[in-house]
Amino acid sequence: MRISKYILGAVTAASFASGAFAQTEIQWWHAMGGANGERVDKIAADFNASQSDYVVVPSYKGNYTETMTAAVAAFRAHEQPDIVQVFEVGTASMMAAKGAVYPISELMADTNTPFDQSVYLPAVVSYYQTPEGDLLSMPFNSSTPVLWYNKDAFAKAGIENAPTTWDEVNADAQKLLDSGMSCGYSFGWQSWVMIENYDAWHNLPTGTEENGYAGLNTRFTFNSDAVVNRLQSIADSQASGIFKYGGRRGDSLPLFTSGECGMWINSSAYYGSMVSQADFAFGQTMMPLDTDVASAPQNSIIGGATLWVLRGQDESHYKGVAEFMKYLSTPEVQAWWHQETGYVPITTAASDLSRQQGFYDKNPGTDTAIAELSLNTPTANSRGLRFGNFVQIRDIINEEMESLWAGDKTARQAMDSAVERGNALLAKFEKANK
Amino acid sequence: MLKRVHFGPSILPFLLVAPQIAVTLVFFMWPAGQALYQSFLMEDMFGLSTEFVWFDNFKALFADPYYLGAFKRTAFFSFVVAGLAMSVALMLAAMVDRIVKGVFTYRTLLIWPYAVAPVIAGALWVFMFDPTLGIFAYALHTIGYDWNHKLNGNEAMLLVIMAATWKQIAYNFLFFVAAIQSIPKPLIEAAAIDGAGPFKRFWTIIFPLITPTMFFLVVVNIVYAFFDTFGIIHAITQGGPAKATEILVYKVWYDGAVAIDLGSSAAQSVILMAIVIVMTVVQFRYIERKVEY
Repeated sequence: MRISKYILGAVTAASFASGAFAQTEIQWWHAMGGANGERVDKIAADFNASQSDYVVVPSYKGNYTETMTAAVAAFRAHEQPDIVQVFEVGTASMMAAKGAVYPISELMADTNTPFDQSVYLPAVVSYYQTPEGDLLSMPFNSSTPVLWYNKDAFAKAGIENAPTTWDEVNADAQKLLDSGMSCGYSFGWQSWVMIENYDAWHNLPTGTEENGYAGLNTRFTFNSDAVVNRLQSIADSQASGIFKYGGRRGDSLPLFTSGECGMWINSSAYYGSMVSQADFAFGQTMMPLDTDVASAPQNSIIGGATLWVLRGQDESHYKGVAEFMKYLSTPEVQAWWHQETGYVPITTAASDLSRQQGFYDKNPGTDTAIAELSLNTPTANSRGLRFGNFVQIRDIINEEMESLWAGDKTARQAMDSAVERGNALLAKFEKANK
Repeated sequence: MLKRVHFGPSILPFLLVAPQIAVTLVFFMWPAGQALYQSFLMEDMFGLSTEFVWFDNFKALFADPYYLGAFKRTAFFSFVVAGLAMSVALMLAAMVDRIVKGVFTYRTLLIWPYAVAPVIAGALWVFMFDPTLGIFAYALHTIGYDWNHKLNGNEAMLLVIMAATWKQIAYNFLFFVAAIQSIPKPLIEAAAIDGAGPFKRFWTIIFPLITPTMFFLVVVNIVYAFFDTFGIIHAITQGGPAKATEILVYKVWYDGAVAIDLGSSAAQSVILMAIVIVMTVVQFRYIERKVEY
């Protein structure tokens, strides 16, 4: 009897609570764990406090792949969230699911929310636009590869300036070895850094059909002489210790933060990790240029994730989603997110605000990522990538590059095989989405 | 008259078997039917466009050298794991039968690994052999061997075999100890009196008498290596490097849960299902006959 009374009380209280405010709940599934997860919670909480019609409820769903799988499974069961965070390699798969996703441009127009696409950084939004220029998903956390270097080790080895070309990287690595270090440089997210961004940086295509933007019949072309020669020379330099492979994704971070390697090419979003883990002075500079391939760098492409809006919810939700997207793009929120995490701001106003606040003066090098992204107007080769099944294709590229580092294959064999296996998956995607 | 009383039509037997049948239908037949149906479809990941493609998913699999590679790898992995786990366990069980003092402690310690969850077992071995942090990798380095299972496929395979075997030894040990203990002592004593040494006694008396247990364990171990080693492989190598440790069940998971290619993943499950059915039939029909009871 007592128990049922309690339940009755709780139910009444709950119904009063929901009745009193009549707020619309907006589910936001994301893949940001740890400190970034807390920052996501703060963004949602601040938005909820700023108005009284909507409540954004963020839920952590595991890593990028797990979050995407969870959203797909939920959609199939008609239990999908309003907003889901999907990493950049899932873009083509999301885009092809026309009945499932609600493009941002369309959402803003349907809900009569004022929306000016020109305030966003071109290099950031171009990755997520249709060929007609409509924005499909809202960039949330975007980064780009930079070259991190150990300033203390550079000083000890007598190196004055950070390297700007691959020849200088090799020369500096040799000087670091001569000064007693055991490894010159390493890198992570190797497909993204050494193939996708290498191509964009030198204005080379990674695939046909404008890297997949112009059609599903795209096929890979990254087994070019430029990529093959560079990778072969890196593989050959393992013997002397100039390059050391440290695993996929960010697994090689300890090689840099422990002081073993003097340089590390990976995402600018490792800024937070550097601040907390490196007990030496570090700097970041632009990715090196292959002077045999191009005379000047083009621009880099982004990595990270965007927020996709899923269809199938009640009309009332989408107004709130649009309001939230607008809030997310405000310079204050963006500048805060950028300065806390090392992700790039998605609007020019946010980077201007960070500059006014003196963030770049206090933390030199933190504007490297934005500088790389906005170096030139993006071309068809440097706008981004749109390949179906790219999650698996990245794994294939990882496998082939690992057989190169292990000495089982030459760069030519590894890249030819990666292209062939990748093309089979592209063909499959084309067939499933025609 | 009596017969009619006893065996007259009654719904009781149907009611009594109904729960069992319901469980089988809901938890086995229905999902298996779903997998079979899904294996004939080609879908985009959201399930918005579905096409019935008959056997295309199967054809694609058998034309894929990586799938056939996973097949061979799984066969190799399963036989090595089952063989090693059983022979080591049998050796330990034969030994434990002969010790007099501390049998209880010895046995308890040997059974412990069975209580370790596969993922934890994997994590333990990963830490011991991590190329930069692991104690064994360090020890190997000092004697001049550069261990790196993140790049070397053979080393990765060796590592998952060791971890999977280690985990299964305890289980096999338990069954062998019980089997050896159930052999009537007079048989062994009579042989001893006739002058048979420990080895002779083992091979001519103990070994033939525990073959039923062994037969049972062959089935269990191969099924273990085929299906239950997922956690270990996921924790140690994620199927890498370059697919060197990707066995069939890992590929099913990867293609279904990571790549969201449900058609191919379902086709692979159907093939695994067929393998298990064939394996069970062959083992019970042909191997069991040769077992001496």
